[in-house]
Amino acid sequence: MTGRILAFIVALATVALIVVGTVWPFQSALVTAGVDSGADMLRPSSSPQAAVENLATQIGRRDWEKAYSSLANKNEFEETDFVRDLAGSYPSLRSHASLDSFDVRPQHESADDAQVKLNLRWSTVVGTFLDSRMLRVVKTGDRWAVAWPIVKEPRVPPQVIPVNYLRWDVIYRGAEDDWGAQDVESPHVRIVDMHPVDRGGGVVIMGELLNEDVVPAFVNVKATLLAKDGSALATEDSFDKISHILLPRQVTPFLIEFHNVALSQVDSVKMQPSSTLVAASADPVVEIEDQHLNPGSQASLSGKLLNQSGQVVNVAHVLGTFYDNTGQLIWVSDGYAERALLPGTPETFAMSVPPDIASKVKTERAVTTTYSSTRFQ
Amino acid sequence: MRSRLTSFLGSLIVLAGVQLAVAQGSLGLPKTVEAGAAFSVHTAGSGKGVLYIVGPGQVLRRDVQLGEAVSFAPGDIHNAGHYLVVLTGGSSTENGEFDVTAVHQPTTLSFIAKPSRLPVDLHDGISGVAYVFDTFHNLILQPTPVSFQLSGVAGAPQTRTVTSKNGVAWTKLDSASKEGSAKFEARAGNVVDERIIQQVPGDPCKLKMDIRPAGQRLQLETEPVRDCSGNAVPDGTIITFTEIYDGGEATVDVPLKRGVAKTEMPAHNGATISVATGVVMGNEIRWGKE
Repeated sequence: MTGRILAFIVALATVALIVVGTVWPFQSALVTAGVDSGADMLRPSSSPQAAVENLATQIGRRDWEKAYSSLANKNEFEETDFVRDLAGSYPSLRSHASLDSFDVRPQHESADDAQVKLNLRWSTVVGTFLDSRMLRVVKTGDRWAVAWPIVKEPRVPPQVIPVNYLRWDVIYRGAEDDWGAQDVESPHVRIVDMHPVDRGGGVVIMGELLNEDVVPAFVNVKATLLAKDGSALATEDSFDKISHILLPRQVTPFLIEFHNVALSQVDSVKMQPSSTLVAASADPVVEIEDQHLNPGSQASLSGKLLNQSGQVVNVAHVLGTFYDNTGQLIWVSDGYAERALLPGTPETFAMSVPPDIASKVKTERAVTTTYSSTRFQ
Repeated sequence: MRSRLTSFLGSLIVLAGVQLAVAQGSLGLPKTVEAGAAFSVHTAGSGKGVLYIVGPGQVLRRDVQLGEAVSFAPGDIHNAGHYLVVLTGGSSTENGEFDVTAVHQPTTLSFIAKPSRLPVDLHDGISGVAYVFDTFHNLILQPTPVSFQLSGVAGAPQTRTVTSKNGVAWTKLDSASKEGSAKFEARAGNVVDERIIQQVPGDPCKLKMDIRPAGQRLQLETEPVRDCSGNAVPDGTIITFTEIYDGGEATVDVPLKRGVAKTEMPAHNGATISVATGVVMGNEIRWGKE
């Protein structure tokens, strides 16, 4: 009898929530749900907050035309500039991102002018990134409209950039060759540093891998935690916390995470670096400048990437290695540049660092791995 | 599946018969036969019989006239190993055994040279292993001299002659002090097999850079990068420039091109700029005044 009453209450609550969600939908949820024909679901822009929410909803739907036409300052720039600002001119993480959610934070409001902070959280294949804009909202007649703070993405002027193109190609042995026939040697790589720590209810193994050969290598590091009786507790690899393409004499950090294993259970660690000879290019060269460690509760390493080559880099992955005052490796972190790297044009990046680690960091080192739509580097 | 099982059982029965026959008598057989050579088996008695020769990967059957010699042509038996012979005729069974040995003249070499690429000046860095086979791909177990020779771009060739043991000969040689491709040869009789060993420069030695101003930036360029034997480190090797200044840092990984690495970095007064490659540090320069 009690069960029937409970089932009835749950059914009633479900129906009530469906009705509430349909009649008063949450704007951010509309975007997440991918509602396309939701123009009629937008609230009238009768307040600064409503105007910003409507704009964010249209951005989330990639309805650039409607979003642009709703702006108060559209005479200051073209619609294409607006689209490039949000989606980028060249294929990049940003151009393939979808709006995960947004929130609107009113900062100040007068009779015909307001300031609102809009946080757009974009979702990408490598995680989310936050795009914060401080918006000025102005009242025109009985409605409010957003004056969009356009960030004009730099354009590279047409030019020829001579590049001394350096590349390795590989010819492997054929399937019909005798078993004793010679094949190309795999690149020689070596772990030059390795450090296991107990962290966050698991074990983290970090270190550095050197390509000590004269050819490029595709590398990976696998680690197996062994118990006192020699049995394997867990096996993991470095996955995306490593620069997989290592050019000659290049060093990459790596980080391997084991969840739900305590360091006290571990007797030894079996490290297995692997390398394969691959075709690769020595370009592009990316300078990492203005690196700053920003301490505090939201500690991060930020900086700028400067593409010194003539090729557009679509995605740049930055790996940071952090050392304490004794030179001991204490953390490895990574981050991505949201926009494509244009030749000679700085682009910002940031990667988070645990606050307790950040307070111990004495020096850091950053390396980049770049991906171009035409090839993998 | 069924036919395989049947043939397997058949083979077992034949082998059991052969074992039994071995225990019962003997034939006029050679003790050893060279693979591929002609030979004959002498039989005694009269009437008709059947001769079986069972060896590794090969079974021969001949209908024979007892009392006559049975001849086998060159190439009839070519797999080296131990062979069992059974002669059945009337109510009696005779048996025997003989060995087939590899041809003493090497015809094929399986030559394994490792590594195919290694740094210069490495003691015992190159290993060569040669397996000696005859014309029928039998491993020649008799001791056979095998000569190894490593000849590079400079200097006298290194030569070692090793006698094979159980068909295998091996050696270790040093890599040369000069980079370049070396020819690594193994020779047994008239048979030669060849591998190419790439000897590459070792760790860079005395890495040094110079800096000069270029507007608001600095132009950094290394001297030609060489290893400790004076070989030019190959293009593509990554050289890392690091600039540490008040409150900030800049790094850039630059590949060597035409023997040198060059790049530009921001000019910060009092900055310390260093250069490194792999785990080898170069010089350090303090730029401007604090």
